[in-house]
Amino acid sequence: MTGTVESETELIVLPKKGARRGPEAQQPRRSGLLKFGHWWWALPGIILVVLIHYVATAVGGFFAFTDWSGIGDFAFIGFDNFVKIFQDPTKIAALGNTLFLAFASVVLSNIAGLAIALGLNRGLKTRYVLRVLFFMPVVLSPLAVSYIWKFIFDFNGPLNAMLGAVGLEELAKPWVADPAWAIWTVLIVIVWQNTGFAMVIYIAGLAAVPVEIEEAAAIDGTNLWQRFWHVTLPAIRPAVAIATTLGIVNGLRVFDQIMALTAGGPAGATETLATQVYKQSFSLGNFGYGAALALLLTLIILAFALVQQRVTNGRPEES
Amino acid sequence: MFRYTKFTALREVVFWVIAVAFLAPFYFLVATSFKSDQETLTTTALTPPSSIDFGNFIAVLTATGNSNVIMGLINSILITTGSILLLVLFGALTGYVIARSTRRWSRGVYFLFLVAIILPTQLGTVPLYIGARTVGLTGSIWGMIILYTGMLLPLSIFLYAGFFRGLGTDYEEAATIDGASRTQIFFRIVLPLMSPATGTVAILCGLIVWNDFFTSLIFLGGSANQTLPVAMYYYIGSLVSAWNKIFAIVIVSMIPILGFYLFAQKRFIQGFAGGLKG
Repeated sequence: MTGTVESETELIVLPKKGARRGPEAQQPRRSGLLKFGHWWWALPGIILVVLIHYVATAVGGFFAFTDWSGIGDFAFIGFDNFVKIFQDPTKIAALGNTLFLAFASVVLSNIAGLAIALGLNRGLKTRYVLRVLFFMPVVLSPLAVSYIWKFIFDFNGPLNAMLGAVGLEELAKPWVADPAWAIWTVLIVIVWQNTGFAMVIYIAGLAAVPVEIEEAAAIDGTNLWQRFWHVTLPAIRPAVAIATTLGIVNGLRVFDQIMALTAGGPAGATETLATQVYKQSFSLGNFGYGAALALLLTLIILAFALVQQRVTNGRPEES
Repeated sequence: MFRYTKFTALREVVFWVIAVAFLAPFYFLVATSFKSDQETLTTTALTPPSSIDFGNFIAVLTATGNSNVIMGLINSILITTGSILLLVLFGALTGYVIARSTRRWSRGVYFLFLVAIILPTQLGTVPLYIGARTVGLTGSIWGMIILYTGMLLPLSIFLYAGFFRGLGTDYEEAATIDGASRTQIFFRIVLPLMSPATGTVAILCGLIVWNDFFTSLIFLGGSANQTLPVAMYYYIGSLVSAWNKIFAIVIVSMIPILGFYLFAQKRFIQGFAGGLKG
């Protein structure tokens, strides 16, 4: 704000750091005590976050290198837990499922969300009502939503009834109990619930794109696709970054939907890292092993969040 | 040039068709929940119930023991309300100090909170569980409130800090001249000005707490203080494909949040869009 030189009489180049902070920054740094509020007001928040996020995560990370069972003694066993994970085909499959669900759900729900956002963006008279309807699944609990879909995919459920009604009885199957299809049912539930969320982020992003630019592009003879690809999409880049990053982070820890739909079955076909962490740590009492799985999940999430931020926010923003 | 044309009207119709298909699961949900046991088995999911029968809802609401839905509802309300209150108080205080401080550490602390938003809870869950068990906070409502507050505080602080940065210091300076203390300034002037931020924090965090299943399953599972999702999970686990009853409890669990959403849908959508854009 104050950093930009306003008039030619004021050709002072301010140091960047001071420029960002405004007038307060010019005061001597030593007296940097707050003018308003007290610094110790931040203490309860900092302590709680450090304890519940950082200390707990660090302790969990430590147990990942032990064989602790939750009670009694434990031994430090180095990377044995991780070796065990990568030698166990079921854990590799769980890792694969986790990545598949995260990526496929992000791609599908973002395409669907963006398409709906573009469609509702301008002109429609009932766009506000439609927006409320498309967003509705987002506010519901994933567990409750999954039960509705479990019924839809049930052998005696609506999906097979509809297939029967159009003469495709031979396609009917117990979808959730079918090893080949179970993971797709989980994917559909996640996409159904996340589409509205992506849509809302994109509607907000699109609202910031000036109509004039699109009009100018249209006058220059661009077609709809060119306008979307070269004008609209670059303008909503920040929205894409947010929607995909949050989608990946949430997709990687998918748990509720699987517990409700398949509980990891049939025959482990829908296990993910999160369900395995839960089962190993809390059902089987392998705290050390469960912690190793959780550490793996944590590292994957942090890595993806970082990469995602770099890729989608690649170019420095111009102001 | 973007006028309302025949093409726009067609687009409107197409989107309504999509919306109806998109929300079809709700039809199955409601239709099945009113069917009798016999009707659930004999009719297909597409046929509407022959009569509106509240029997399933009565059965669900009077279940006892591990699947006491009413208790779950009360616990969920208590835990969500308590968490929101603490998240607003601590989130606003911490966010305020971070946004107003010119000290270098405040940037470091801000970054600390930012990373904590992305950090998944799974790895810390086991140590937290053991810690909570040691101090006797598992299975307790207070334990859950503290836990959720800590878990979602980074998000709350992040949102508040963003809003505080956009607020000039004029009000605070004027109040200082008038002789108000720092505490008075914050609680009487700054916090009331932040009601959009408070609304966003309450909606986003409230929704996450209300719908959370993983944490409450681990910390409250099997105790008398189960939240609604956990009670629902156990209740449904005891029913084998009794879809009419399952859907009655699903509807009961959805009504509070759906009612709230339809009542304040604008705030919900703005909270999600604006809040998470940061």
